[in-house]
Amino acid sequence: MRRAAFSALISHWRKHPIQLVSLVLGLALATALWSGVQAINTEARASYDRAAGILGQDELQRLEPRAGTIPLSDYIAIRRAGWLVSPVMDGAINLNGSRVRLIGIDPLTTPPQSAPVDLSGDGDLQSFILDGLLFAHPDTAAQIPDTLPAVRATETLTPGVIITDLSTAADLLETDSFARLILAPAQPINLLPLSEVAPNLLLVAPDEGNDIARLTDSFHLNLTAFGLLSFGVGLFIVHAAIGLAFEQRRPLFRTLRALGLRKSTLLTLLATELLSLALIAGMLGVALGYLVAAALLPDVAATLRGLYGAQVSGVLTLNPAWWLSGLAIALLGTAVAGAQSLWRTAQLPILAPAQPRAWAIASLKSLKRQAFVGAGLIVFAALLATYGSGLTIGFVLLGCLLVGAALTLPLFLHLALNLASKFSRTALSDWTLADTRQQVPGLSLALMALLLAMAANIGVGTMVSSFRVTFTGWLDQRLAAQLYVTARDETEAEDLARLLDGQVDAILPIRYIDAQIEGAPGQIYGIIDDVTYRENWPLLAATPDVWDRLAAGDGALINEQLSLREDLAPGDPVTLGAAQFPVLGVYSDYGNPRGEAILSLAQLREQDVAINGLNFALRLPETRIEDVTNLLTNAGLPARNIRDQAAIKAFSLDVFERTFTVTGALNVLTLGVAALALLTSLLTLSTMRLPQLAPVWAMGLTRAKLARLELLRAVILAALTAFIALPVGLALAWVLLAIVNVEAFGWRLPMTLFPGDWIGLFLAALIAAALSAAWPARRLATRPAADLIKVFAHER
Amino acid sequence: MLQVENLTKTYPSEDGVQTVLREVSLSLDAGASLALTGESGSGKSTLLTLVAGLDAPDSGAIRFQNHDLTQMDDAARADLRRGEIGVIFQQFNLIPSLDVAANIAFHARLAERADADWCSELARRLGLAGHLTRYPEQLSGGQQQRVAIARTLAARPKLVLADEPTGNLDEDSSDTVLDLLMSGVRDTGAALLMVTHSLRQAEKLDRCLHLSHGQVSP
Repeated sequence: MRRAAFSALISHWRKHPIQLVSLVLGLALATALWSGVQAINTEARASYDRAAGILGQDELQRLEPRAGTIPLSDYIAIRRAGWLVSPVMDGAINLNGSRVRLIGIDPLTTPPQSAPVDLSGDGDLQSFILDGLLFAHPDTAAQIPDTLPAVRATETLTPGVIITDLSTAADLLETDSFARLILAPAQPINLLPLSEVAPNLLLVAPDEGNDIARLTDSFHLNLTAFGLLSFGVGLFIVHAAIGLAFEQRRPLFRTLRALGLRKSTLLTLLATELLSLALIAGMLGVALGYLVAAALLPDVAATLRGLYGAQVSGVLTLNPAWWLSGLAIALLGTAVAGAQSLWRTAQLPILAPAQPRAWAIASLKSLKRQAFVGAGLIVFAALLATYGSGLTIGFVLLGCLLVGAALTLPLFLHLALNLASKFSRTALSDWTLADTRQQVPGLSLALMALLLAMAANIGVGTMVSSFRVTFTGWLDQRLAAQLYVTARDETEAEDLARLLDGQVDAILPIRYIDAQIEGAPGQIYGIIDDVTYRENWPLLAATPDVWDRLAAGDGALINEQLSLREDLAPGDPVTLGAAQFPVLGVYSDYGNPRGEAILSLAQLREQDVAINGLNFALRLPETRIEDVTNLLTNAGLPARNIRDQAAIKAFSLDVFERTFTVTGALNVLTLGVAALALLTSLLTLSTMRLPQLAPVWAMGLTRAKLARLELLRAVILAALTAFIALPVGLALAWVLLAIVNVEAFGWRLPMTLFPGDWIGLFLAALIAAALSAAWPARRLATRPAADLIKVFAHER
Repeated sequence: MLQVENLTKTYPSEDGVQTVLREVSLSLDAGASLALTGESGSGKSTLLTLVAGLDAPDSGAIRFQNHDLTQMDDAARADLRRGEIGVIFQQFNLIPSLDVAANIAFHARLAERADADWCSELARRLGLAGHLTRYPEQLSGGQQQRVAIARTLAARPKLVLADEPTGNLDEDSSDTVLDLLMSGVRDTGAALLMVTHSLRQAEKLDRCLHLSHGQVSP
């Protein structure tokens, strides 16, 4: 009985292959976008964990300098006081033009929890200490030249990192000071407190260690939000397909029940059928997701490297966590999409008639009820925008706004078509508008998906374009110098300064230290008093005579990120390293996730830490650029150490563009899913529309004309949806720019409007709708007259 | 006005070709009425759809006002239906998205022959004046068929084709609806070709032809 019943149930799909395809494809695409994003996030987080795990930062406490590095004398003092600490050197070296992080460790004192490499093999420890053996990820190992000590490739390390012994690191980094000291978990008792032994050092707890993971959280949250949006759009298709399939099978359910099949058995069989379909679609989706992730990961890796300095492998590894989560989300999505249908079937009286038409027609009352809920969500979103704060609230706000707008869409369309019909003058336009209005409930899920995709497109597009305009303008301001020069060492820096004296309008030294700013890692720059800064530096807020006061050493400038994070305004005190300064001004600093401050160069030098001082910015007339470049190269400076303004701008813009490549790609994919939703809905409905079309055909409209009207109908609905998508998209852009970006990246951007983009998207939506309707319309135009005549012959 | 000559229509079936109409001929003058009776499957409705230009015969001719429908393309037949022929179906086939008033005026407006007074008069005569703002789903079967009749008559067609217009109604409603149809047809001067199962109803028309196994007998 069960087998026969199941066979009867699934025979529906043989008869309705388009429904089957739309269900499987909808679920597969939804799963693909979601699991693709999860694969990217999993891969990136694994890289961060590997990076943090290298030195046990995720497990062990450590001592860090407030600014600069830890001198050897401090290390000796701590050891002499009896503290068990292991020194770590940490710096960067150039490998064929790219910077690679070099970490030096002392294998004899490194606590086992923080041992980044396995030295248990025969002779490994000896090679590590005496021969300077390097360990690196295979990708990085391949870049290491023969002039460096031998390298051993290991997959456990993150790309872009080299581990070696302290003495080798000291040679390669040309330093004798340490970046941090790792504390062994077990320490002798009765030691002098660290605050007395090393008052200049900060004790950092292990949970605060994974900076990169924390910094990139917002980026991954953005990706997850997009993945969820795409998944939601895909679920619209699944919900529509399951709903119709259940409704069309009502007579079958009735027959099976009449033949003695228990309700519980029927529900079990239907749930089994859905589960099977979900598993098939889920596996297909996970496979597609892998392809999506593999295609996008190199750009994501480049973004994370450019924006956060995070090293992420550009190669995807198959991780059971994400493909299992992909299958789980496919099952969950099917459960969500099918729950209502299963519930209705459970409540169905045996003799209830089938109402596939009623499935597609909702009463005005239910549209109003739905719109009421939507309006409530929009009001709630407005309240969150007014009174809420935080990234999570920002995304909840976005969710409420989008879902609320989607729920109000059908009523809006109904009212708009009603209004249009008041201006209609011909029978045909009357009928077209009235019939379109009647189509709204059946197409509402697909149109909601289109609304979400378009609003996301407008919102994200506006955000990215606003960002691009602001960022480009900001670069023009901030990169005022014509040439940027990096000396190879201090001596060369001094020689170059002497060489350039009198050859250029101004030499602006770029000097900075790594330091704790308000308790978080950051950089403090020191600048000289020069007209370049006064005329070009982009200040968002400032005290009067800010530049005079900065030159006089009266305080510091801080970047917008620091200002927003710590709620600092001009006049407030800010802790930079070990000292406190009043804030003189706040400057915009797009693209930098960390806090940053500027002091006068004289004050920076008073910080008593080693200053990174190999960079100069040179102001000179455009006509002198070539001469000065030649002067520097003739003095022996490699050409790659001289970069002109255009090259740096191009690099920065490239980082910027890559940052939004992924969101752009997800945007397009989401629009594609929405177009597919529209296509499948139109195809499904086209089979149910004959009773509406046949009488009009009988009254003298050709099938070709009816087909053209079907196209027009889809275009009208898409146009009206686009009309409402615009304000929703702009609201979305505002939320992204004013709330999410501020929380996620620490900067606020002015919103710029791009009507040209909207027109492009509007046309794209109309074309997508016309293309979606083209197939069903063609089927109608070429449909045999006999199909239409059947409508008059018997009850359908 | 209408001459059907040697009309043959076949359909492919699992057992081969099934002949639904076999050399059928009939004629109908302007203002006259003709009933077509016959058992189920005799070809009555097929004949009606061919005369309406909804389908094309395998052979034979259908001349309506000196035009041979069988020689017309789909667009020309559509024009003819829009302007000169009105069809009333057993299933009413009203347009669910339009209210009663709009349904009544619809065909006439398509034919660019809309006359608000005539539509109002028809609605009054057919007892629909109080239902003009309702939608088809809110009406009974008899009311829906009266709307379908009004819609057809509002366009003032030369030929009204009715396919078992009372087949879905009870006996009392059937008589009322048929009377309304016939008086409306009379007032507009149209010819009426009606398919019916009911001999009692067929007798109310000027002539009656019986169709059996695809062939006509008086």
